[in-house]
Amino acid sequence: MTSIQESGAFGFGRPVTEEDEPFLVVDNLTVQFPTHDGLVQAVTELSYTVRKGKTLGIVGESGSGKSVSSMAVLGLHNPRSTRLAGSIRVGGTEVVGADQQTLRALRGNDVAMIFQDPLTALHPFYPVGRQIAEAMRLHNDVSKSVARRRAVEMLDRVGIPQPDRRVDDFPHQFSGGMRQRAMIAMALVNNPQLLIADEPTTALDVTVQAQILDLLQDLQREFGSAIVMITHDLGVIAEIADDVLVMYGGRAVESGPTKSILTLPEMPYTWGLLSSVPDISGDVDARLVPIPGTPPSLLNPPAGCAFHPRCPHVDKVPGSLCRTTLPELAQASQPGHLKRCHLVNPDEIYLKEVLPEASPELIDAETGEVIPELQEQIAEILGETP
Amino acid sequence: MFGYIVRRLISAFLVVALTSMIVFVLFFKGPSNPAQPLCDLNGKCTPEKLALLTEQLGLNDSIVHQYGVFVRGLFQDREIDFGATYHCDAPCLGISYRTRGEVTEELLQKLPATISIAVGGSIIYLTLGVLLGTIAARKRGTAVDRGLVSFSVLISAIPYYVIALLVWIYVSLQWKLIENTSYTPLTEDPVAWFTGMLLPWLTIGLAFSTSYARYSRGQMIETMDEDYVRTAVAKGASQRRVVTRHALRAAIVPIITIFGLDFAFLLTGTVFTEQIFGIDGIGRWGIQALRSPVDFPVVAATVLVAAVIIVLANLIVDLLYAVIDPRVRLA
Repeated sequence: MTSIQESGAFGFGRPVTEEDEPFLVVDNLTVQFPTHDGLVQAVTELSYTVRKGKTLGIVGESGSGKSVSSMAVLGLHNPRSTRLAGSIRVGGTEVVGADQQTLRALRGNDVAMIFQDPLTALHPFYPVGRQIAEAMRLHNDVSKSVARRRAVEMLDRVGIPQPDRRVDDFPHQFSGGMRQRAMIAMALVNNPQLLIADEPTTALDVTVQAQILDLLQDLQREFGSAIVMITHDLGVIAEIADDVLVMYGGRAVESGPTKSILTLPEMPYTWGLLSSVPDISGDVDARLVPIPGTPPSLLNPPAGCAFHPRCPHVDKVPGSLCRTTLPELAQASQPGHLKRCHLVNPDEIYLKEVLPEASPELIDAETGEVIPELQEQIAEILGETP
Repeated sequence: MFGYIVRRLISAFLVVALTSMIVFVLFFKGPSNPAQPLCDLNGKCTPEKLALLTEQLGLNDSIVHQYGVFVRGLFQDREIDFGATYHCDAPCLGISYRTRGEVTEELLQKLPATISIAVGGSIIYLTLGVLLGTIAARKRGTAVDRGLVSFSVLISAIPYYVIALLVWIYVSLQWKLIENTSYTPLTEDPVAWFTGMLLPWLTIGLAFSTSYARYSRGQMIETMDEDYVRTAVAKGASQRRVVTRHALRAAIVPIITIFGLDFAFLLTGTVFTEQIFGIDGIGRWGIQALRSPVDFPVVAATVLVAAVIIVLANLIVDLLYAVIDPRVRLA
């Protein structure tokens, strides 16, 4: 297993010294749930880091381990039904195996979480303002009226109109977008240094989604927090993330700077993700290419590369390497870009086979070459190679 | 909200009125002549005596007229004639065949004992049940949980009167822990009221708590998995706070609904408890009235009172629901 420290690769390309350790360091994290049917291997040997002021996007389909791994950062898994291994350090504090007191001091204070569905994630029986005030009072010794004033202030900050009146409303009296804003206000009330957003815009319509993402970016600029954005939406990633981590079957399969991953991905699963995104500016006749098959079983993961049963490029790898051997997370052709794949010439396959089918508008019909704009971008990414 | 209460009160009134009519028809137009038990009461019942009593009780009048007389009696004093003439103050529910006392007066005399039993017992079973259920839910799958669930099933499997009898025999007679069980009005002697009621309270509390324990266990297990409970944990709330303020707050809503109806049911008469512990409440009063010769006015009164209590309890539960669940407030 390649660790971040050894490769020094993920996004930053410099050795990690003690004083400038990234705010969040996930190192070799494994999360397993013993069940009656066997051991669910939800996350296996996952490593990543996030610095303050930066945003990491974690992408993957349902069951890829993206939510499970980020919930582990707050120690939200029931220790009785979860097996945790590896290390998670938040601002130097070890989270794996930490006692409740340590975890509580972290939760909602240094590390805050925004959940996917704000209707179910807010308590239906308490006014919104009171829930925000509670988050503040759990970590600060302030009076109820001070906390309430702060709740009004936070609601105003996230763009709730007439916050002094809406503060006493119940969640069901808010619209979906307002609820998510309230959720964000609650997460930000203690100025967290790390914000974990678990699909914060999935339950919202697209226009509200853009507003929420803008809001998160504004707040990040203001407070300099680190953000972990969990999503399956590559549009969200393109807009907000500095770095991307692609997960499949509980493992990291590709990671690197957003631009690099989105322009020249090197892992067939990422290709599949990109090809299955509709492009409104593109050709209406362009085909949406779904990834065939279903997500892998975490109870009984496929041998070798977990993606091989669904991978259309298995034959391009000599022997049956994909079926027998798990590829290492290794350096890709661009700096800071890691991939877990046996393919020797992924860039060529991507540009010659995948791109023409998924995004024909990026290919010059006459020459069969990629259009100049994309060529420039690729050159820019590759040019940075030392 | 106000309009809602008015609408509910109107429908509650209609239900009670309808119940009273049904009770009236059932008892006064039933297979036996209501004058028969009265006639049997004193010496030999001759056909002449029966005919006279039937006439005096107005049973020869039309049923609508009889019901009209009964309803008018609720609002103004009535003279009731059978053998002798009895004055019956409004609201008049009739004269007891057996005691020849006013039914309303007897009812008001017996009700406090039943209310005492019901209030004390239900407080105990609600607290005990929810507490045990919450503990079982928190310790789900452990020996504590399994023990509590088995114990609860065991207690539920034994008929209530057996439990009450065993408690009375052992605690009161054998071990003499609490010897005196009887009703003393609270206003007269609070200490005697408390000690006299303690054993019935504990018995009802224990026996009824088991279903509440199982129910709240299920509710708590469900709410502990809710997203908003996870949110509370993610905010940094202590385990105790997460369980009580967040999970239990939500789990308690359906429990309160059931509690309201159970409590109303207790108010309509705790028959076994009153009988076994020798407490003079309306449950015992109603059962005694059913013994031959049947005391028709008393039976009719108990049924009517039960209907009023159940209907009111339903109304209160619904109003309370709006208080404890803000989502139904505007509906």
